[in-house]
Order: sequence, then structure tokens, then C-alpha cells
Amino acid sequence: MEHHLVLSVVARILIPLIMLFALYVQFHGDYGPGGGFQAGVIFASSFILYGIIYGIKNLREVVHPSFIRSLAAFGVLIYISVGVVAIFNGGEFLNYNLLSENPVTGQHIGIMFIELGVGITVASTMIILFYAFARP
Amino acid sequence: MIIFYINIILLFLLVITAIAINQQDNLFATTMLTGIFGLLSASLFVCLDAVDVAFTEASVGAGIALILFLGTLSLIKYKKQINNRVSTFGLLIVIITGSFLIYGLQDIPAFGKPENPVQIYLADKYIVESKKEIGIPNLVTSVLASYRGFDTLGEVAVIFTAGIGVLMLLGRGRHNYKGIVSREKS
Repeated sequence: MEHHLVLSVVARILIPLIMLFALYVQFHGDYGPGGGFQAGVIFASSFILYGIIYGIKNLREVVHPSFIRSLAAFGVLIYISVGVVAIFNGGEFLNYNLLSENPVTGQHIGIMFIELGVGITVASTMIILFYAFARP
Repeated sequence: MIIFYINIILLFLLVITAIAINQQDNLFATTMLTGIFGLLSASLFVCLDAVDVAFTEASVGAGIALILFLGTLSLIKYKKQINNRVSTFGLLIVIITGSFLIYGLQDIPAFGKPENPVQIYLADKYIVESKKEIGIPNLVTSVLASYRGFDTLGEVAVIFTAGIGVLMLLGRGRHNYKGIVSREKS
């Protein structure tokens, strides 16, 4: 769809803003509505917009399918690693209180990292689904 | 009081959209109406003060799901076979199931009552103590990510598994994007 000039110009302006909003939702989830799941979906939608406007072939060159597959597994790995680190610090699986000296700081760190894992997995899974369904 | 009327209007629009989805023959129109349905549910969740759920519904129900439906429609023929025959047996089953559901509604607690089981079990503990224990203002995040961390791990695993399942069924990597979905040349 590259020949649609208006669409391609508007998409070029919108894509960075969508990504910025996704990052805001991701890291502001502790204070307002949002969190990893919503942020992941919004982040993936910026890539999907790129794929719709500039073609799936170009999107495959921007984000390689095998890279995005390993990224999906990496998000789950981050989540589980937070739990395992809590075990090594002498607590139960996913007990964030032991991630730091101060229990409340530990909770903050734990929540931030697991939300990051959720966001990475959700975003990459949505892009995987888009690759699978979109016509090449 | 004005929220009450907005809720009534939104529920009314939801019912209209559901009936319209049911009446469509064209799958493209059905997909678009499904998106409208998602957006209306999201507005309803905002009125019910469930902003996080509304956020999810707006981004998934009205956003990503719609795009995946459209992607699927581009792979198949999207004119449904019209079948106007009314099946008596099916109608009977629908009526029986519907009457059971309406009968079961009598046991559901009234909406928004303070003595409902959902309000008296753990909610006050979370509201009172999460500020001290977790220290973040958004209660939904602290319940989802900390108190219910195992559940969220399960949800992430479900999403990951869904991605793997779609890849196994539709991932056209090895055949150079040919061979699995056969389409007419357009």
C-alpha cells in the first residue's frame, strides 16, 4: 500500500507516538490504569500498522520472525527468573519481598520486572499471530 | 443517576449490535460489528469503574482481534452460505437452555450490594493493606502482579502457548509461504 501517500505519511507520524504511549502504559501501570498486557497489545499494534501500510515483506525485514519467536519465550523467562531469584534470596517462588533489603522496594522491583516480561511476551505473540494470519 | 441511564443506553446498544451480528450474511460486516461490540463493552466497563478491564477490552476486543479477523478473512471466501431453514430441534434446545439460564439468575447476588460474597471475602484486606504491603497506588496492578502472581504467570504461559499453537498450525516458514493455505488467484 506504499502508493497511498496520505496513509504512509500519517503512519510515519503515528507509529512513534503509539510506541511511546505503549511504554507509558507499561511503566505507568503502577499508578494508573494499564500494565504489561495492555502495553504489549498497543506496542504490537504499532508494528501491525507498519505491516499494513508498508507491506508484510518490509515488516519481516524489520522484525525477523525467528527473532520475535525467541522474544516471546524470553518474556516468560523474565517472569520465571524473578520467581527463581526470590527462591535464591531465601523465600518462596515469586515472593518479591526478598528482592531487596526493604520489602516495599522489593515489591516495586518485582512488579516492574514481571510486567516487563508480560509486555514482551504479549507484544511478540501478537506479532507472531499477525505474521501467521496476514497474507504474505 | 445519570450513570444509570448511560448504562441502560449502552446495554440497549449492545443488544442491538448482537442482534445485528446475528442477522448478517456477510462476514466482513460481522467482523466490523464485533469491533463495535467490543468498543461498547469497553465503554460499559468504564461506567462500571473497571478502567483496567475497559483498557484491555478496547485494545484487544476492538483492536487486535478485529485485525486478526480481517487477516483471516483475506485468506478465505467471506460470503457465508445462506441457510434460512428454521430447525425445530435447535429452537427447542435454545428455549430450554435459555429458561435454565433465567432460572439460574435468581441465585445470583444483586448488583452492587455490600454484603455480596465478592465484597466480604478478601476485598477489604487488599484495600486496607496493599498500600502498606505493596506501596503502589493502583490496586488492580498490586492484586494482579503480586497477590495473584501465580495466576498472571499462568496467563502469560497461556498466551505463549496460544502463539506456539498458531505457529504449529499456520506457521508457513518452512514451505516458503506456500502450500498450507490454498487460495484462488485474485
